[in-house]
Amino acid sequence: MTVLQDCRSREKLVIVGAGMAATRFVEELTNRAPGRYDILVIGDEPRLAYNRVLLSSVLAGELSVDDIELKPAQWWRVAGVEVLSGRKVIKIDAAARRLILDNGESVDYSKLVLATGSRAARLPIEGADLPGVHTFRDVRDVEALSRLGKEMRALVIGGGLLGLEAAYGLARRGVDVTLAHVMDRLMERQLDAAGADILRRLVEEKGVRVLLNANTTRISGSGRVENVEFADGQKIPADAVIFAVGIQANADLARQAGLDVGRGVKVDDGLKTSESDVFAIGECAEHHGACYGLVEPAYEQGRVLAMRLAGQGASYGGSVVSTNLKVSGVRVFSAGDYLGEGDARRIVCKDPRMGLYRKLVVRDDRLVGAILIGDTSGAADLLDLIRSGAKVSSMRDELMFGPPMQEAA
Amino acid sequence: MLDEVLAPAALENLHNSIAPVQATTTRSTCPYCGVGCGVLASANGADVIGDPAHPANFGRLCSKGSALGETLGLEGRLLHPMRRQADGAVARVSWDAALDEAADGFRRIVDEHGPDAVAVYLSGQLLTEDYYVANKLMKGFIGSANVDTNSRLCMASTVAGHKRAFGADVVPGCYEDLDQADLIVLVGSNAAWCHPVLFQRIMRNKEERNAKLVVIDTRRTPTAESADLFLQIAPGADQALFCGLLVYLAKLGAFDDDYIRRLTTGLTQALKAAQTIAPSIEGTAASTGLREVDIASFFELFAQTPRTVTCFSQGVNQSAQGTDKVNAIINCHLATGRVGKPGASPFSLTGQPNAMGGREVGGLANSLAAHMGFEIESIDRVRRFWNAPRMATREGLKAVQMFDAIARGDIKALWVVGTNPAASLPNANAVRAALGKLELFIVSDNVASNDTINSGAHLLLPAQAWGEKSGTVTNSERRISRQRAFLPPPGETRADWSLFADVARRMGFAGFAYRSSADVFREHAALSAFENDATRAFDIGGLARLSDAQYDALEPTQWPIDEGDGKGRARLFAEGGFISQDGRAKFIAPAKPNLATTLTKDFPLRLNTGRIREQWHTMTRTGASPRLARHLPEPFVEVHPSDAEHFGVEDGGFARVATPYGSCVLRAVATVRQPAGHIFAPIHWTDETAADARIGALVAPCVDPFSGQPESKATPAIITPLRFARQGFLLSRGSITLPEGVWWARVAVANGYGYRVAADLSDDAWTDVIRTAAASEDVIQLIDETKSLLSGAAFVGDRATLIWALSPVAQSWDLALELFARDRLDQSERLSLLSGRSSRQLTNDGPLVCSCFSVGQKQIEAAIQQGCCSALDVGKATRAGSNCGSCQPEIQRLIKISLAAESAIDFAREDKPNMKEGASDETVGF
Repeated sequence: MTVLQDCRSREKLVIVGAGMAATRFVEELTNRAPGRYDILVIGDEPRLAYNRVLLSSVLAGELSVDDIELKPAQWWRVAGVEVLSGRKVIKIDAAARRLILDNGESVDYSKLVLATGSRAARLPIEGADLPGVHTFRDVRDVEALSRLGKEMRALVIGGGLLGLEAAYGLARRGVDVTLAHVMDRLMERQLDAAGADILRRLVEEKGVRVLLNANTTRISGSGRVENVEFADGQKIPADAVIFAVGIQANADLARQAGLDVGRGVKVDDGLKTSESDVFAIGECAEHHGACYGLVEPAYEQGRVLAMRLAGQGASYGGSVVSTNLKVSGVRVFSAGDYLGEGDARRIVCKDPRMGLYRKLVVRDDRLVGAILIGDTSGAADLLDLIRSGAKVSSMRDELMFGPPMQEAA
Repeated sequence: MLDEVLAPAALENLHNSIAPVQATTTRSTCPYCGVGCGVLASANGADVIGDPAHPANFGRLCSKGSALGETLGLEGRLLHPMRRQADGAVARVSWDAALDEAADGFRRIVDEHGPDAVAVYLSGQLLTEDYYVANKLMKGFIGSANVDTNSRLCMASTVAGHKRAFGADVVPGCYEDLDQADLIVLVGSNAAWCHPVLFQRIMRNKEERNAKLVVIDTRRTPTAESADLFLQIAPGADQALFCGLLVYLAKLGAFDDDYIRRLTTGLTQALKAAQTIAPSIEGTAASTGLREVDIASFFELFAQTPRTVTCFSQGVNQSAQGTDKVNAIINCHLATGRVGKPGASPFSLTGQPNAMGGREVGGLANSLAAHMGFEIESIDRVRRFWNAPRMATREGLKAVQMFDAIARGDIKALWVVGTNPAASLPNANAVRAALGKLELFIVSDNVASNDTINSGAHLLLPAQAWGEKSGTVTNSERRISRQRAFLPPPGETRADWSLFADVARRMGFAGFAYRSSADVFREHAALSAFENDATRAFDIGGLARLSDAQYDALEPTQWPIDEGDGKGRARLFAEGGFISQDGRAKFIAPAKPNLATTLTKDFPLRLNTGRIREQWHTMTRTGASPRLARHLPEPFVEVHPSDAEHFGVEDGGFARVATPYGSCVLRAVATVRQPAGHIFAPIHWTDETAADARIGALVAPCVDPFSGQPESKATPAIITPLRFARQGFLLSRGSITLPEGVWWARVAVANGYGYRVAADLSDDAWTDVIRTAAASEDVIQLIDETKSLLSGAAFVGDRATLIWALSPVAQSWDLALELFARDRLDQSERLSLLSGRSSRQLTNDGPLVCSCFSVGQKQIEAAIQQGCCSALDVGKATRAGSNCGSCQPEIQRLIKISLAAESAIDFAREDKPNMKEGASDETVGF
């Protein structure tokens, strides 16, 4: 570990967390200011950073774990970045600018970036910790779920993005999957009722049984999961339960260090925490009250922070989030004010039988939200328009139906 | 007499006397306009093409005739006798019960109230044989001349004008005259749309022989587009123009003094009257609203051109001075000796397929039978021929008077046959109300529902339709042609003549034992010749002894066909032979031009009514053709742009048109084709096909004093703008009942109905309408709140069963129609219903121009861009206009627009300096 403390010519930058936010940040920073910092990445997973977004594809058997590695070891080496895997930071001594690791060692830093991400939440119900209850967050979870046999019955709790992906992945593996969602529609934070209804049909066509308005009250079984019970009295036998009920920012470390923490580690437009030279990015950060559970804001934050630490001016003004569900054959995109209530004007095109739904939300002639299901082509353009706030009156038809075709002569 | 003409009857077979269905092509005659084109119908009627051997058309057909095959379905047909029940619904009854009730009812009312308490209202769509039996029953056996016909609305002024001038209702010329004339004058005739096949003959003459065409009309019609000289005359001023012409010809010394002296009488008074009305070109200009230079051009051309045919139609007839207008025209032809000579004649273009046959029979209230009137000798002659017990001895009530008498309660029983007076008569709302007062109201028709039937008809008698019935019709050039059956009569439908014969027998009358239409025809022919001795022009005695086989094989022949050589005659009166006491034709002094009504502050515009290219009358038949419906699918009103602006009406918006008699709501079209101060609306829509477009309800019931024909083209009116929150269309496989307050017009589309709609309904109310009509869960939708657009489609399997689009602005439905016509749609086609974008295999052809070959405006414009600079070229490139040619004026207009856009070409031809100013100004420029 001596090497870590030697290079006095360069400023010591330590990143806690070796996930997608950390990787993107490091990439941006080393591109912009190569050699400026002496960089150390500390991650608690025993492997190099991988694309967590693609875990559902791994679960579905469409990709292997190796396929989703973000950068090979070679890359980190070439970038001059030291990576400490399978090691957990247990304490930040901000006054001393020092980190304590779970093996008792300490690491000093000049600048600290928290990219600790988030963890899967579990419902506080009886039986939530029985054997056979899983979450769906990391490679270990995927490995555990991959072991479920074809004859087994799995119950996924949570009809958001993660729950859908988990349910789809399991169904692809031949597992008998039921998805239970407490709300009256799937992905209610990204979809309106009509869109969610089309999604439900599409998901059901993929072999996932969907229960809506299903408020899970108890997981029961002798020694391991056997049944899941719901508020309406329904009781469903299950060999495995997967919680996909949301995430919680990993902010304990920061909280213990006395940093300002809400739902996440509070940061300003420079991604700075309440402690000097300590920054936070990704799912552990809370910016103006918003904790993002998506990779794109993490990337934006990583880029802004990298620019700032490279001496370039940049500021993070929050992200317009978009959601992309990655379930083969069920494309879903949602961004911005997808409901479009109040004075917004909605443009909705739907073909339920063909699994097609396109909704644009326009306010004051500006695109403020969109939902695309089935065909998500043009999603990037829509997101750009939502972000730019450009006037759209002249291109509404194109936004809905794509660029006009050449008419046959 | 009767014994001679009637073959032995086989009464018991009457109901089954079905013409054998032919396995091969059947020669027949088109059921639409008075041109009377021959057609060849395939065994099932699916293919109807022009008959190359028929002298009216030599194989040509207009778009309406070409689409006949699309109109033979049984949907909406009346197939069984029906009787209205106490609850207002109709229920099926037997023929025996229905005919007994008709006969008993007529007998009872005649017994109680006299013969004039009953009436029959016939149609120019009927066969001559139908007319004959109805007329005989009424005028010879019931004893009333209350027999009139919708021809009263169409041709009556010509009949009266002919009788006054020639002593008989005779069209002196023939269609060949249109090929041989050097000048053709069309007065009040949009022949390009209403008589397309004749118009094409005129155009060919123009092309091949450089004949000149002058069009006189209040509207710049498609016909006017093709004219060398277009005179946009003030309404009601026609006789002023022709009086002016008579005066001009007199001054010029252009009269045929020999003809006048030998063969006519009355010139002095007529010329004196003409001089009062239009003493000079200046005076003519003042009366007609025309420019002096145009008048002079026309007069000069007329004077210089011995071979002149003046054709006239509804613009002349439908007037409270229609008869004087006809005579003002005929005066000029008599004065120049241009009557019945090759290429030189006045020529009435008849509106209906058999208005002429009806006139020949005498199926009008003011004639008795076979060109005989109510003179004592005639009454006696017909009595003897018919062996009639109770002859009508005086004229009956003409159409408008007839329905007034019904309203008063004087007429208590009415039998309406094959026409729709509740829609087509002037002041039609009053007519509808009057019908509700009848004690006995019989309708024989093809359809189970129309405005007349729905005015409370008590008995509905199912009649055979075109293609099922068999008999004869007469066209505008006096040519008698056979309509032959090629389809089996559906249900219990029967020939109209047989219904009258049956009722007559049930009333106890002898002389109605007809076995076939041939029997009826032979009797009709025999009556025409009976004690004729050249006293009556209508003589077809040469046909009185046709065998059944000869009747079936009868070739198209022009009357008179006397018993001498049995051959017809193409022309009459070139050398006199008029039917008056002195054998001379008569000049008639017309009255001073004057419209029957005056404009007021409340009704400051004149409402003109008329036909459009692809529809016929109340659309009973043409309305079944998807192809025809694509041309002009909505009822509309044309307004001059300055009037539109003044009254706040938007082009493409909606307008309420009101007169002192009624109102309706129409799509507004602002166009310079319509003169300022005058609006135009088509006659075709009824409550069957539109929410609020019965134009007959708006027309003033003012009639010509001689003909009784109403002035249908000049009712004082007001137009006000109307706006709807949304408009658009629904395409449905079945009919849809739309809620109150929805403006709609329905047309046939491939395998379904197209509804053009407009309304202020809420989103929820529209959703209800759509959900009810869709009857399927497989629905695609586009809801655009930024445009207030609702569109979508419902599917059963891969077939769209309902397509809709509703928004504040008008929606094109061309793409939707094309996709609706298909049996299956793939995913991209489903989506294109919402996007309005055509995928590769679809083309957006633009508004339909050529109905015959379904060619759209964009295709034609493309052809013009590629160098086509005549309608002929465009026809070669796209086929547009190469069949019936009725769209050729529109093609020419597109060419002109295109050329004008490219360079400012002066279209005035070098070879007609006299007309240069008028022609260039009038025919170019939009």
